[in-house]
Amino acid sequence: MIGTGISVNSTTARRRHPLARVAVVALALGLLGGGYALAAPNGSTADAAIASGKADDADQGKSLFVAHCASCHGMNAEGSSKAPTLIGVGAAAVDFQVSSGRMPMTDSGPQALRKPRPEWATEEAISQLAAYVQSLGGGPTIPGAEQVDPAKGDPARGGELFRANCIQCHNFTGSGGALTYGKHAPTLNPATPTEIYEAMITGPQAMPVFNDTTITPEQKRDMIAYITHVRQQVDPGGSGLMRIGPVTEGLVAWIAGIGLLALAAIWITAKRRRVKA
Amino acid sequence: MTDNTIEQPENRVPPRVIGTPQAAGPSVGEEPIHAPEGEPGVIPQDPASARRAERVVALLFTIAFLAGVGFIASYVAFQVGDIDRTATSNLALGGTLTLALLSLAIGITVWVRQIMPKYNLVQERHAMASDSETREHVKETFLRGAEESGFVKHGLLRRTLLLAAAPLGLAPLVLLKDLGPLPGTVLRHTVWGEPTKDGKPRRLVVEGTGQPIRAADFNSPGGILSVVPEGYEHDLNALAKATLILLKFRPEEFKSGTNLNWTHDGIVAYSKICTHVGCPAALYEQTTHHILCPCHQSTFDAADGANVIFGPAARPLPQLPIGIDDEGYLIAKSDFHVPVGPSFWERGDAEAEARETKS
Repeated sequence: MIGTGISVNSTTARRRHPLARVAVVALALGLLGGGYALAAPNGSTADAAIASGKADDADQGKSLFVAHCASCHGMNAEGSSKAPTLIGVGAAAVDFQVSSGRMPMTDSGPQALRKPRPEWATEEAISQLAAYVQSLGGGPTIPGAEQVDPAKGDPARGGELFRANCIQCHNFTGSGGALTYGKHAPTLNPATPTEIYEAMITGPQAMPVFNDTTITPEQKRDMIAYITHVRQQVDPGGSGLMRIGPVTEGLVAWIAGIGLLALAAIWITAKRRRVKA
Repeated sequence: MTDNTIEQPENRVPPRVIGTPQAAGPSVGEEPIHAPEGEPGVIPQDPASARRAERVVALLFTIAFLAGVGFIASYVAFQVGDIDRTATSNLALGGTLTLALLSLAIGITVWVRQIMPKYNLVQERHAMASDSETREHVKETFLRGAEESGFVKHGLLRRTLLLAAAPLGLAPLVLLKDLGPLPGTVLRHTVWGEPTKDGKPRRLVVEGTGQPIRAADFNSPGGILSVVPEGYEHDLNALAKATLILLKFRPEEFKSGTNLNWTHDGIVAYSKICTHVGCPAALYEQTTHHILCPCHQSTFDAADGANVIFGPAARPLPQLPIGIDDEGYLIAKSDFHVPVGPSFWERGDAEAEARETKS
C-alpha cells in the first residue's frame, strides 16, 4: 500500500513472523466473540418482546428459572442434591435471595454471600421469577412498601425485640458474627428494609424463621426501624472498629496502645550513641 | 545521698553530689545548656544541636500551654445535654487534654535527652541487715521489757490475756456468715415449676412483648423464639435460670436424644443458659439444628436433645416439658428435671438423681 520496496519487504517479513499466526487467530477469535456479544442481547430482548406479548409473569418467570436456577434446583424446582426444593418457599424468598445477589450462587462455600446481581436480574426479572415460584406452592409473599417503612416503626420497641431475638447472631448493631463450621451471620447494614423483612419471614439459609403469627408485621417494622436507626448513629468514641464489640476494642487497646507505650518507654530510656567518646 | 556520685577517677576529690553546684571548676550558671567542660565521664551536648532542641522544647511547651487553655475554653464552649453534644464535649476535652499532657511529656523528655549533659551514674547497694551493735541493743531492750513485764512469771495474767485475744481472733470467721445464706436447693429449681396465682401451669411468653404463644401460631419449621415465664418477664433473678429458646421442627427431624413426650407438635423448649459457664446460648441454625454458644463455641444439636457436639460444655441443654392449656397456649408441664446452667458445688450428680426419681 505504501509502495516502497522496503516497506513491502518488511510487511512480508511480518507476515512470515512466527507469531503472525497466533496474532491472526487471536484477532479472529476476538471478532467472533465481540460480534456474538453484540448480537446476543438483541436476541434475548427479541425473545422477551415476543414473550411479553401474551405470557404472564409466571410463564416469563419459568423461562428465567429454567435458564438460571434449574441446574441446581431442578427443572420443576423440586430440588437436587446440590440445592433445596423451592416449592413453597414463596415469592419473598426469591426476592430476598436474588435481589441481594446471593442467588444464583456462583462459588461453593459454606453459605451464599451477598454480591452484585447478575445483569439479567433486573427488578422486573426478579418479580417474574418470584411470581413463578409463588405459583408452585404458595409461601410468604413480598411485603408492601408501607409494611417495611422504618419511619412508621418504633425503634425503641423494635430494639427490645431485636435484642431478644437477633443480636445473638447479628450483633447489637447488626454487624453480624460467626456461626459454626465456617458459616456466619451477615452484617445487616447493606440490607434494604424489604430484604430484612423477607429474611425474617423466610429464614434464608441457616437463619431461623420468625413468622408473622408470633412476631407480628408491626413488630417486624419496629425491628426494621431499630436496625436502620442504629446505622445512622455516630460512634462517639471515634472509630467504631467495625462495631464488632469489646473483643476488637480490647485487641486494639492491647496491641496498639500498649505497643505505643512500650515504644515511648524505649525512647525515654534509650542511650544516645556517644559521638565523642 | 553521698552515694549518688559520678563515676570518675579515684583521685578526684571532693566527689560531686547530684543536685548541688560544683565545688570547683568552671561555672555552669552563665550558659545553662553547656555541661561542665573537662570533667571526665561527663559528655556535654553539642551546643548547636542543644540550641535547636531548646527551640523544639519551647515550641512543645507553647503547644501544651495552648492546648491547656483550649481545654478550659472547650469546657466552657461545649455544653452537654444530649448524646451528640456530650460526644462533642468529650472529644474536645479529651483531645485538648491529651495534646497538652503529651506535648508537655515529649518536651520534658527532649529536654533531658538533648540539652542536659550525659554521664554514667553508679548507685551502690548496701547490706540490708543492721549492724551487730544495733541488733545487740534491740535484743537487750526486748529481753529487759519481757523481764520487767513478768510475762513468764505471772502465769495467770498470761493465760487470761491469751483467753481475751481468742474470741477476737475468731470474730472474722464468724462474720463470713454475712456473705449470705447457703444456696440450698434454689439453684436446682426454676419458676417454671411453680403454678401461677390462680393455680394454673405457667404459660410461655415471648421475650420483649410478653405475649403468650398459641402453639398453632408457632407453625413455621425452622422457627425460633426467645421465651420467658409468664409473670416473671422482668425478674432478672428468675430469668437468669428460666429463660428458654423455643424451636419448631418438622416431626421427622427429631433424633433419639429428644424426649418427644416433652415436645408439642414439633415444638421443643430448651434452657437458654449454656451448661458450660452460663452464657445465653441461642445462635440457632435451622439448617443444621446447631445451637451455638457465642462465649466458648459449645455447640448443641437441637434435634438430638441438645446434646453437646462440640466445645467445652459437659451436659446437654436441659429440655423443659411443655404442653398446651385449654386455650391452646403453650405451658410448662413441670420444672426442668435437671438443674439448668453451669456446674455448681452442690449440684452433685443431678442426672443420676433425675433418673432415680423417674424410675
